[in-house]
Amino acid sequence: MIALILRELKLSLRHGADTTASLLFFIIAGTLFPFALGPGPTTLAAIAAGVVWVCALLAALLPLDRLFGADYEDGTLDLLLLSGLPAYGVAFAKTAVHWLTTGLPLLIIAGPLAIMLRLPAEHVPLLLLTLLPGTMLLSLLGTLAAAITLGARRAAVLMPLITLPLMIPTLIFGAAAVTSAHPSAALYMLAAMFCAALPLAPLGAGAALKAAAE
Amino acid sequence: MHLLTASNLSVFRGERLVLSNVSFSLPAGGILVLRGENGAGKSTLLRTLAGLTPLAAGALKWDNEDALNDLPSHAKRIAWLGHLDAVKPALTAAEHVPAAALAAVGLSAYAELPARLLSAGQKRRLAIARVAASAKPLWLLDEPTTGLDAASVLRFLALCETHRQGGGMIIASTHTPLELSGVEVLTL
Repeated sequence: MIALILRELKLSLRHGADTTASLLFFIIAGTLFPFALGPGPTTLAAIAAGVVWVCALLAALLPLDRLFGADYEDGTLDLLLLSGLPAYGVAFAKTAVHWLTTGLPLLIIAGPLAIMLRLPAEHVPLLLLTLLPGTMLLSLLGTLAAAITLGARRAAVLMPLITLPLMIPTLIFGAAAVTSAHPSAALYMLAAMFCAALPLAPLGAGAALKAAAE
Repeated sequence: MHLLTASNLSVFRGERLVLSNVSFSLPAGGILVLRGENGAGKSTLLRTLAGLTPLAAGALKWDNEDALNDLPSHAKRIAWLGHLDAVKPALTAAEHVPAAALAAVGLSAYAELPARLLSAGQKRRLAIARVAASAKPLWLLDEPTTGLDAASVLRFLALCETHRQGGGMIIASTHTPLELSGVEVLTL
């Protein structure tokens, strides 16, 4: 599995435009809000956490259609399924690569974006703490959706329609934790959702991959 | 020495029964060529033998044990060449396969070239090199000579012969006659 992750990371680096596009989308989408709502610090501070969360969620969706799509089109998916790894192992490796190439960079940029949106500095560490399991959850659920829609017509449209509703609970608890006086309950919920998705999403994605390869 | 035995294989694709009661036996060092018109089920049979497409009925045995019972273990026996080359345009030829395998298919001069710059025939040779480098006992090849020039076909046949001499087995679907000794033909 390590070899697969390293190979996928190498491929992602060679296709650096995919990651860059996600990050630029994240930054640009975030900067649109002050233009639309005005630069007033009170207004922006009130919505900053939610804006960062929603923008991160949408930005992380962008590379998902190529997560398995390229492998499906060039025949590599067959080789992955015949690599000796179980299908859920292949799905897990892809999830890890998606998080490393998209979730982690978003997490790194989220802090400066939040400060630009006037989020109080003391809330930034908590925002990043919620985005850590949040981006991982998005990678897990996004991988599941990418596998389910593999080979489908209009997969790029179907994927957000599957992923975004699944992410609503994460969004609610993630954004609420940042401004809550007692964030631990929301953080526990995020951790619980991550623990549930960690085994289940790769299992589901693996089954979907096998179905797509038939 | 290994033995692959297929008994009464039947396979559906969607609602359609593509293969019905297909049986054969392949010993170590054997080569089985699948023939049949387009849509006869040659690729489906290869995918079924690989465990990619499920069986509707019948049994596939490797050394008299159910081959498809443990798919990840079965996959470790198989070198797969589908009708797509599975070549990544962003990687160089050398990043796909070791140098020795590149030399075996005459691609050493292109080792550092990104695969997107290779011709269709060269990509096919790269895919064949990956199979040759795999050291797995069972080669499943779907139209392996598509796009190959005459010299490349000869190199491919030499690789097949070497593999068989080492006890390897080959099942290939092809419309091109393979000039190899001991070829068994299964017509679908």
